[in-house]
Amino acid sequence: MKARVTVTLKTGILDPQGKAIEGALKSLGVDGIASVRQGKVFDIEIAGADKAKAEAALKDAADKLLANTVIENYAIEVRG
Amino acid sequence: MKSAVLVFPGINRERDMARALKLISGHEPAMVWHAEKSLPVGTDLVVVPGGFSYGDYLRCGAIAARAPVMDAVRKFADGGGLVLGVCNGFQILCESGLLPGVLMRNARLKFICHDVHLRVERSDSPFTRGYNAGQVIRVPVAHGEGNYEADAETLQRLEGDGRVLYRYCSADGIVDEQSNINGAAAGIAGIVSDRGNVLGMMPHPENHVEAIMGCTDGRGLFAGLVEHLGRAA
Repeated sequence: MKARVTVTLKTGILDPQGKAIEGALKSLGVDGIASVRQGKVFDIEIAGADKAKAEAALKDAADKLLANTVIENYAIEVRG
Repeated sequence: MKSAVLVFPGINRERDMARALKLISGHEPAMVWHAEKSLPVGTDLVVVPGGFSYGDYLRCGAIAARAPVMDAVRKFADGGGLVLGVCNGFQILCESGLLPGVLMRNARLKFICHDVHLRVERSDSPFTRGYNAGQVIRVPVAHGEGNYEADAETLQRLEGDGRVLYRYCSADGIVDEQSNINGAAAGIAGIVSDRGNVLGMMPHPENHVEAIMGCTDGRGLFAGLVEHLGRAA
């Protein structure tokens, strides 16, 4: 099974990298972008076929390591 | 003073730290590899030095914070043991939950590598007793991610409990936007844990301890620790 964990900054947390990317897009003349927030994507290969077990393991992984829950949120997606 | 300096892959300030500890305490520190499950018997002070543990992969300090030796450090700190984290060490202590908050990318996105002035906020902590409250010291910084942030409630608690020990300031001790090199909340350069036994700071006091370094303002931090431990013994 394949899974994806997406980690994003919580709202209200200042994101200097996102701001810099936003500025660069403006200077490139890319129109219509109001704001940019940078995050991370983890593509994970799951051993076994138990979806509930996979979700539990991914939640454990995100809480323990992939995300710093002081400043980041995460979303888990398991694709059959 | 029996100190233990933790060594993680990618750390590069451990020898500077060991040299400063030896110079000021007179005792050679133990270098403790990250895979160790315990600290040397009789350790008085654990130091988490600066550098780029695990290449700053994932988040600065995130992987080092989960190393086996950190469980021993957590136990040591729970028992009231003194822990000092400098630069990457501060990031590791935040990631390990020993200190609150997080060190974000510098507000202006640049790696900052020069001397800064710090105001010592109080002198009644083991980590500041070598200085006077309000004293301004000059020490170097070298970091890309030193922008201290925490939620409003945590910041309020840190201030209310007097847990901010070092703050970025001007040469004459003024804390303002201009002296705040990395955008840290309230110009915070160093904080202690709720029990006051764990200090994390971004600047490098270990690099201003000998005349040849051009400044010895960092000595006070180590001398204060030696004095504190001497009295406690």
